[in-house]
Amino acid sequence: MLDLVAYGAFFLTIALTYAVICLGLNVQWGQTGLFNVGIAGFVAVGAYTSAILTTPATADRFGGFDLPIIVGWIGGGLATAFVTFLLGALTLRLRSDYLAIATFGAAVVIQLCMLNLVPLTGGPFGIGFIPRPFGALAGNALAFGLANFAVIAVLVLVVYLVLERLVRSPWGRVLRAIREDETAARGLGKNPVRYRLEAFAIGGFVMGLGGAAQAHFIGFIAPDNYLPILTFQVWAMLIVGGSGNMRGAILGAVLVWGIWAVSGSVVSSVFPADQQARAAALQIVLIGVALCAVLLIRPRGILGEVRIVSRHLLRDARPKASAKERPDHA
Amino acid sequence: MTPQALMDGLIAGSMIGLGAIGITLTYAILRFANFAHGELLSWGAYLAMTASGLIGFALPQLSTPIGPFSFGWSLPLAAVIAMAMTALLALVVDWALFGRLRARGSAVIILVMASFGAALALRNFLEFLYTSQPGYYTRALQISKPIVEGVRATPDQLLVLVLAAVAVVVVHLMLTRSAAGRSMRAVAENPQLSSITGVDVRAVIRTVWILGAVLACLAGIMSGLLVQIRPQMGHDLLLPLFAAAILGGIGSVPGAMLAGLIVGLAEAMTVQVIGAEWRAAVSFVILVAVLLLRPQGLFGRVR
Repeated sequence: MLDLVAYGAFFLTIALTYAVICLGLNVQWGQTGLFNVGIAGFVAVGAYTSAILTTPATADRFGGFDLPIIVGWIGGGLATAFVTFLLGALTLRLRSDYLAIATFGAAVVIQLCMLNLVPLTGGPFGIGFIPRPFGALAGNALAFGLANFAVIAVLVLVVYLVLERLVRSPWGRVLRAIREDETAARGLGKNPVRYRLEAFAIGGFVMGLGGAAQAHFIGFIAPDNYLPILTFQVWAMLIVGGSGNMRGAILGAVLVWGIWAVSGSVVSSVFPADQQARAAALQIVLIGVALCAVLLIRPRGILGEVRIVSRHLLRDARPKASAKERPDHA
Repeated sequence: MTPQALMDGLIAGSMIGLGAIGITLTYAILRFANFAHGELLSWGAYLAMTASGLIGFALPQLSTPIGPFSFGWSLPLAAVIAMAMTALLALVVDWALFGRLRARGSAVIILVMASFGAALALRNFLEFLYTSQPGYYTRALQISKPIVEGVRATPDQLLVLVLAAVAVVVVHLMLTRSAAGRSMRAVAENPQLSSITGVDVRAVIRTVWILGAVLACLAGIMSGLLVQIRPQMGHDLLLPLFAAAILGGIGSVPGAMLAGLIVGLAEAMTVQVIGAEWRAAVSFVILVAVLLLRPQGLFGRVR
């Protein structure tokens, strides 16, 4: 029974690290409509930065600065924000899908850097012995699991409250105005490129933070953790939960991670060992098809975006919001 | 840069160029970056492998190598079948997914995202069917022969170069001289206006998919013949394809081919000067440089 609780706490801890990443994507895509195909790379930047900052000094690798975990997390977020800022500055003034292509390329290059910059990243073997929050409790699985869960739950709550506050602010309204009608927003004197760039970098910060947190809960990172499938999982989480809705992003993360874990264990128990790679491939096919199906059938996801600009306008806004469903723009 | 690296770069570049033509056409006419295009290459290569295997099984005499090449008549025959089936696959995906989103007037970025999901499903379905073990068209080994001083190439490699050149000329002539090509350029220019003047936009879209898929299939078979056939092969080529399409200028067929050769040569040079492990980063560097210096590409126009 206690084992089950400990396992449940671990499962939720990992699911909530995905929720943080998913919240970052929600700022980029859900609020601003920026398509990011390089999530795996950006998460990796956060994870590696934090790992280098917090691990004890190592002889054969750069760094190991032995800093507190919180410094690593913020550093990871800032590093990712910097990378996303550069990419955004490069592409956001051009066609909307150039950003997609550039983020795709960035993920490829970041993967190469993880593999090849051995003195910095440890190469294919990655970085181990990343300090875990409440590492002193590690002997007691239950207390350790619950303490970790509490840490990530607080992190998710803080990120959620800050982002919720941000998107309800005038700044957030401008983002959605640009997403819906760029010409009109420009007519009101808002500079779309500047707002998009800010949203992309803030989303990047949150993604990096999520990646850093995840590295510390798993304790070990390697390039294989950051393959394109990660990008895809996070997208599935946001689309299923409902893009544009912060609570949807969290719900989607827990739900999709749950489905992923359950179907993974079904695959490994049902199929013989030599067929498991094929079955895992089929698992990805089904989720790829599901993503397309959600785009076709229910672009809003489970929760969907709340179509109210301000609570003060609630009485006027509600009939309009329900009568006029948007036909597109998930 | 040695002459041999030049040769290797040209061969790799001609395959990239062929794939990039499909990307640039879908980009110009359907107006979205198709992340599933790489999967058309892989599917083309696998379909040709299956067809070639079946033909060789039914008529073993067709498997004996033709002249200096490593493959028998079963492969060219299979290539024709695979091209038809790849085109069919592209049309089915368009009918099931992109066409519906277009009909609904979805934003460009939704189409990009749908192509991302489709790419994932198509790629992993290949892995499910064929496993991730690499496949080959033939087991025959080819010795590369010296062509001029310091440059060696296998007959297969030379054939790939010739075929790529022929394909580019044919596509370019088709776009500039035929009625179908004119309507394609008209739709790329302005879909509404061209449909008013009697261009059948849906027929044009079908033509684009067929043309793009046939060229992708050809590029996939070439890559499979010279390297190996893997479910990831198209995905690995996707970044070079995008880099070439953007460097050449969206919508320009000669531009895509020339840019493909440039990307191929740059990769070969990187392998020589820096090291093979950084090869995949070359396309990204080229992409960033183009977006910084000349976002419309070599032959593109400012929109």
